[in-house]
This record gives sequence, C-alpha cells and structure tokens, in this order.
Amino acid sequence: MPRGKLPGLVEGLGVTLRTMLQGAVTVQYPHEREDPAPRARGVIALKEENCTVCMLCARKCPDWCIYIEGHKEQRPPRREGGRVRNVSVLDRFDIDYALCMYCGICVEVCPFDALFWSPEYEYCEPSIANLLHDRVRLGEWMRTVPEQEPLEAGAEAPDAGKAKAKGRARSATPRRGGDT
Amino acid sequence: MSSTDTPGLPRFDVEPGALRHLAEAQMNVELDTGDMILNLGPQHPATHGTLRLVVRLDGERVIAADPVVGYMHRGYEKLTEFRTYPQITTLVNRIDWLSSFANEVPFVHAAELLMGVEAPPRARWIRTILTELSRIATFYLFLGEMGLQVGALTPAFWGFRDREHVLNLIEAATGGRFHPNFNRIGGLKDDLPRGWAAETRRAMQAILDGCDDFESILVGNEIFEARTRGIGIIPSDVGASYGVSGSNLRASGVDWDLRRDGRPYLAYPEIEFAVCTHTDGDAFARYWVRLQETRESARMVLRLLDGLPAGPIMAKVPRVIKVPEGEAWVETENPLGQMGYYVVSKGATGPFRVKIRSASFSNVSILPWLLRGAYVPDVVAILASLYFILGDIDR
Amino acid sequence: MSALHLAVDVGWGWTLALKTVVVLAVVPLAALVLGYTFLLKMMSHMQSRLGPMDPGGFHGWFQLVGDGIKFLQKEDVMPLHADRRVFAIAPAVVVVSTFLVFVVIPTGPKLVVESLDVGVFYALAVSSLSVVGVLMAGWASANKFALLGALRAAAQLIAYELPLLLAVVGVVVQAGTMNLQGIVHAQQDGAIFGWGGIGFPFVLTQFIGLGLFLVASQAELTQTPFDMPVAESELVAGYMVEYTGFRFLFFFIAEFGTAFAFAALAATLFLGGWAVPWVHGTAADVLGVPVLFAKLMLVAFVMFWVRFTYPRLREDQLQALAWKVLIPIGLANVVVTGIFKVAF
Repeated sequence: MPRGKLPGLVEGLGVTLRTMLQGAVTVQYPHEREDPAPRARGVIALKEENCTVCMLCARKCPDWCIYIEGHKEQRPPRREGGRVRNVSVLDRFDIDYALCMYCGICVEVCPFDALFWSPEYEYCEPSIANLLHDRVRLGEWMRTVPEQEPLEAGAEAPDAGKAKAKGRARSATPRRGGDT
Repeated sequence: MSSTDTPGLPRFDVEPGALRHLAEAQMNVELDTGDMILNLGPQHPATHGTLRLVVRLDGERVIAADPVVGYMHRGYEKLTEFRTYPQITTLVNRIDWLSSFANEVPFVHAAELLMGVEAPPRARWIRTILTELSRIATFYLFLGEMGLQVGALTPAFWGFRDREHVLNLIEAATGGRFHPNFNRIGGLKDDLPRGWAAETRRAMQAILDGCDDFESILVGNEIFEARTRGIGIIPSDVGASYGVSGSNLRASGVDWDLRRDGRPYLAYPEIEFAVCTHTDGDAFARYWVRLQETRESARMVLRLLDGLPAGPIMAKVPRVIKVPEGEAWVETENPLGQMGYYVVSKGATGPFRVKIRSASFSNVSILPWLLRGAYVPDVVAILASLYFILGDIDR
Repeated sequence: MSALHLAVDVGWGWTLALKTVVVLAVVPLAALVLGYTFLLKMMSHMQSRLGPMDPGGFHGWFQLVGDGIKFLQKEDVMPLHADRRVFAIAPAVVVVSTFLVFVVIPTGPKLVVESLDVGVFYALAVSSLSVVGVLMAGWASANKFALLGALRAAAQLIAYELPLLLAVVGVVVQAGTMNLQGIVHAQQDGAIFGWGGIGFPFVLTQFIGLGLFLVASQAELTQTPFDMPVAESELVAGYMVEYTGFRFLFFFIAEFGTAFAFAALAATLFLGGWAVPWVHGTAADVLGVPVLFAKLMLVAFVMFWVRFTYPRLREDQLQALAWKVLIPIGLANVVVTGIFKVAF
C-alpha cells in the first residue's frame, strides 16, 4: 500500500535518497565517545572499608565469579573495660569479569553498601587472565561511581533504611529487592 | 513423554514412532535421483541463529523439510533447579534475548502468585511500559530484518538505528540495554530516573516516524509484495492446532491477544489498546500485523506515561524470600508469541521445577507443514516472517 | 591512441603494449573508484552510517586497496571435491570478459583502445562470456549452494541479454552504425528536429531504450533486485561462495569493473559519451575523459541507488519480467524507432 500518490517503487527511492542526505548517526568510537546512562552496568566497584567479609555476594552470584578470602583479627576494646573485638579483615576480593553476567545481584545483596555499579566499560584486555580484577583495582573503580540520580516525578523518596552509611550500619526495616 | 500423576498438569500423549521423522532428518540419505538434500544451517543467514533445516529439493521446490533444533540448548529448566528466584530472574532474560524484559514478567508473576504478593500499581504500570518497549525493540528489528531476508539491505540498518532510542531508554531505567534484570518479586528494583518520561515521549515519536519509513520502502514496494503475498499461508485452524501464537496467528485472522483476552496481568486491563489482525495469513500479513503492533505499542507507551500512578514500586516482602509450596502457571503475550512458565515450588528459596513454554518452539513446529511446495527463496521469506529466536526455541 | 602515433612513431609493438597496460590498469582502478564511491560511501549514507573513515586518514579511501592487499596474501583454499582446473580458471574467464569490454569504450575522438566497426555488438558479445565463467565457478565448487547460484545465474544472465540487445538496437538504428565512436559523433553532431544546439543525445528519443538498458544491465550485473544468483541471505555468495583470496578478488574486480563498463556504455549510447556539444578536436580529447566519467557516474548512481533500495525478485518472477514484459517492450521500441527513422 503506497502511502502517497507515487508508486511504491518510486517512493522507496525517495526515502533512501532522503536518508542519504540526512547524514549519518555514527559515533566514531574511539575518536568520539557516547556516555552511557548513569545507571549503566559497566563495572563493579568495591568500597573496602564497608566490607565485613560476610560472603553474601560470593554466595549469591549466579556464576560464582567473586573470590573472597579473609581472616579474623582481634582489636582492643573501644573503651575501658570493654570486650575485645573480633574484626574480619579482607585478604582477597576478586571479581572475574570473564564470568560476570552483569546481573547486579551482588551489589543488591550487600547489606553494608560495599559494592557499587559504575558505567565505565573500557577495560578490555588482550589476555583473559587480566579480566580478574583484584581488590586494589576494584577500589580504583570507586572514583567512577556516579552520584545517586534524582528520580522521576511520582516516585517515592528512597526509604530511610538504604542510607549510604560510611560505617557498618545495618538497616532495620525490610529492604526492597528481596535477596534470597 | 507420558502423562504424569500431578493433578492439574496437562497430559502430553504422543504416539510411539511419531517422532521418527526427526531422526530420519539426520541421516544422510539420497533417495531418488533428481532430489537434492540441502542443509540450511545451522550456520546460515536465513535461519536466524543455529536452526538446522534439512530440506529435500526438487530443483528449487521443497518436497519435504525438517527443522532440527537444539543447537542452542542451554539447559534452562535444569539450571532453574539449582538457583534462587533472583538468580533465575537474571537467567531468563536470556531466553528471548531481544525482548528480555518480557521474559522476566511471567516468571516473577508466577512467584508472586505463589507468595500471595501483589506489586503496587506504579510497579505494574512501569512493568507494562518496559514490556511494551521491549516489544517495540523486538518488532523494530523484525521490520528491518525481514527486508534484509528478501534482499533490501537498507531498511535493516534503519531498524538498528531507531532501536537505539529504545535500548537507551531501557538502559537509562534499568542499567542494561539487552538484559535489564529489573523485575523483583513484589515490584521492581528501582524507580525511573528524572527526565525519563520526556525522553520516552521523544523516542516514541521517532519510532512512529520510522514505521512510516518502513511502510514507504517495504510495505508499498511492489517487489516486496511480490515476494511476500501469498507466501507461507497459515490457515487459522492449522496454525492454532500447531500451537502457533502471537502475531503469526493474528495475521491469519484469529483475534486472540493474551493482553486483552487472557487472565488480566500488568496494567493492560486499565488502558485502551487495539489488537491488529489480518485475514490473509501470508508472510505479508505477518509483516503488516507487526508493523501495526509496533505503532500501537508506541501509542500505548504514550498512554501509559500519561496515566502513570505515583507511589512505591516495591511491595513489602521479607528479606529472605521463600516461596510457599504450590504450583503456578502464568502465560503472557510476549513479542514472539505466548510465553508461559509453570513453576513448582516446595517452599525453598528456589523453585523445585520450572517448565518454560516458549513461543518460538511451537511456531517452528509448523515448518514441515508450511514449507512443502515452497521455493527456496520463499523458505527464506517464510522463516523471516515467522520470526523466531533460537534462544526461545532451544532454551 | 593515434594521437600518440603522430607525436612519436613508436611502432605497433609498443602501441599494443601501451594499450594493454592502459586496459589492465584502468579496470581495477575503475572497480576501486566505483566500489569506494557507491558501495562504501553512498550505501553507507543511505543506511545512516559513515562507512570506512580511518584507513588512509581521509574518509577511508584506502579501504579497498587494503582489502585488495589482504586478499592477495590469503591462503589458496580449494574445496576437497572441487574440480581443480575449472575452479581455478573460472574467475579468470569472468574477469577477462570485463577487460575485453573496455577495449571499445571511447573516451575521446582519438582516445580509444580499438575503434571497432562492430563496437557495440562486440561489447555485448564479450560481456556474455562471463556467463560461462559463472557456471564454471558454481559447478566446480562442489557445493550445493554454489550450484543453485550458478544455475540461477545461467538462466537469468541469458534471459536478460535480450532486452539489453533490443535496447541497443534502437540506438544503432538511430545512429546508423555499430561503431561506438560513430554513435558518439552522431549524438554530438546530430540535431533535434533541426536544432543543433546541444547535439542529439539519444536519451531524448530512446528513453524507453535507456530504461530497458538500465534494468537489463542491473540483471546482467546480478545486482538487486536481480541478485538471485548471489542472494546474500539465502546462498551467502551464491556461485562465489567457495572462493577466497586472490580468486575472490578477481570476481570482485569483475563485478565492479563490469558495472563501470555498463555505465560507460549507457553513457556512450544514450547520453553522448565523451562529447560536449560545442567542443571538437584536441580540446575534446582532453575533456573527453572527465565528461565521460561524470556521465557514467550519474548512470552508476542510479544503478546503485536502485540496488540498495529494493528487495530481490524471485527467480521465476524475474524470468517472467524479462520474457513477458521487457522483451515485448524492447521489440516494440525497435519497431517504432525503425518507423520513425524511415519516415522522418
């Protein structure tokens, strides 16, 4: 069914010519870059000071691509006459991006907000072994984590339990996004 | 396959020997001289993936055809036996990878049914918007790619170009272009970012304009009509008996759309939309129906944005989700057809068994009947017009 | 070339060598220019993309040259069951027929490799040789897809020879000669109903012939909408599917070289070739090449524009088009042209 009065064959030629004159939409990577959305799941960043080595992320990963090792240390009590504290210290935290599905379950499940998404995507390696990002490299990705963006009109304000705690706060209310 | 003892589960009775023709397709048999056995696939531009079509040709006319599926079988139903519900939500994105969000919806619905949880209205509406966006993304690819299969190189690129709008929207909301992984039992992971609604309105206008371009260059084109009219006619009763669903059946005149006619789900009962049918049942009708459905989906998204309710996007669910014992069957109108999940739960953090009814598996089952007597170029046009995704066939 | 004779008497041996080198150099260059302009750039822009931009720095002009070098250094792969000698010779047959067409195309009043009196007849006859090469390629490949492509090509190329010929016959009747130089001179010095202002490009009366020629040459080049032999989405590359490396380069050069040749023929037969109405003598020799180039690029633009827009016709549909539509129109065109030529 030709739309106009011209036969379909002619109209098709017109559309092609018009597209040719309209210019291309190509973004010439790597000379020009498009910025992905702030929420884009590019790479996972680790905030070490928040991690308590609870191993929830490693357990919940569908691909089992997170490798965690830690040990317990004893710390002196915070005040006079207190108990000696047992503290977990992180030895190894590796994410194997050759296996990672970019699903985000680890980021969601972490009770202490130690993992964050970053839209960085340029970390291709010539060797697959280098796709295993260790603790230090994951910490470096924290620089690229964007701020929490404002939500659309009509959205509920983010609930109080999800505050970005610097310390090791635990949320009291049930969190959104059931983890198991 | 024999019938099981579980009450309520449908019976599948197959006569012994009925599947033998599939085994025969794998034998390298040259029967009559004058016939040629040609293997289309599993690597072939026309088969949309790793589908192997063994055809017996007399010159260029097909005498018999047998689809051999399974080259992309990834063992989804086995995988679900050892995963928890959030992990499965991630995995089922990849069944029909073009309309990933639409794959998550029926599964999450089934789990919500078993738990007795209902997602809040805002979550239901945003789910509907994202489902319709994935429908547009899937169909837009089809509109360009069917042109490619019958020889027009150019519209395929326009399909990809305009689809970027939709993929960018999905990425802005969910974080992933192709695999959103956005549904959660009880609602959605996050709310929409600011400015998303305005961006979506602009994108829908671009989609509608792009549909006009497709109509000019393909639908009105005499050559395209000559290649697709009268090709691969599926009568409505034959189609229904083979389990063909979705746009393929609507192109044969059957006015059936689960969004309107099935069990109510998401926000569809609350908005107005038209269901497009066509009477011819040929490849051209299937193209035309999907073109109109793309337009209708774009208009639906605009209506959904207008009526989007405010509120929370997640219901109150416990931190550790254990779905109570029971069975649930949910099927939805996915872009490729009717998709359904049968979830059997024994009260654990993951399901006991999930059976996935994928649309393309049934759509492809009609090929031996449909391809008899077709020319080789018509085979390509028919495969393109049925529009199946290998991940959906093989799971 | 006789201009060079006057300046320097080099003898027939050197002249022959020079002419051979010119033809051998022009054909790949022609394929390059056409391929870059239309396949890499025009098609890309019609598809809303840019095409190659980096090779060579300036809008990717080096892409095809780099592709050629890449093809040259590839391994010589032959299918196990292929007919070795036929498989090896087939691309040569196809590309030689391309080279031979360029022999008669005039680029100036004295710039033609050989001005044959049966110029047009020779050009069409020699371009039909490629059918043999295509059949050889498809059969010798020992591949069912190649076979399907070759058989389709055989039927199609032979069927569309006739409309091509009939379109040309109309021009020959009007010009009174088959010599391509003679046809150009007839257009340059002719008059439209007595007015000799812009000469008499035959497109004015032979517009049906031009249409037929364009459609038929599209089919001869197996370009969409007539690219069943090479249907990309069905047969991948049809009769060329088992060819890699240098042999595939031959097919590629042949395809685009022949496109160049047919566009040049169309420009010569219908648009006046190298002639500009008021320019004669040495100035015409100098201007001839750019003028012919401009005209043939215009024709090629239309050919490729159609190629990138339309889907492909099925084999039986394109046969029906040739036999039931184009040939009767061509015959009618010849009859009407003859009547007009005799009456007026």
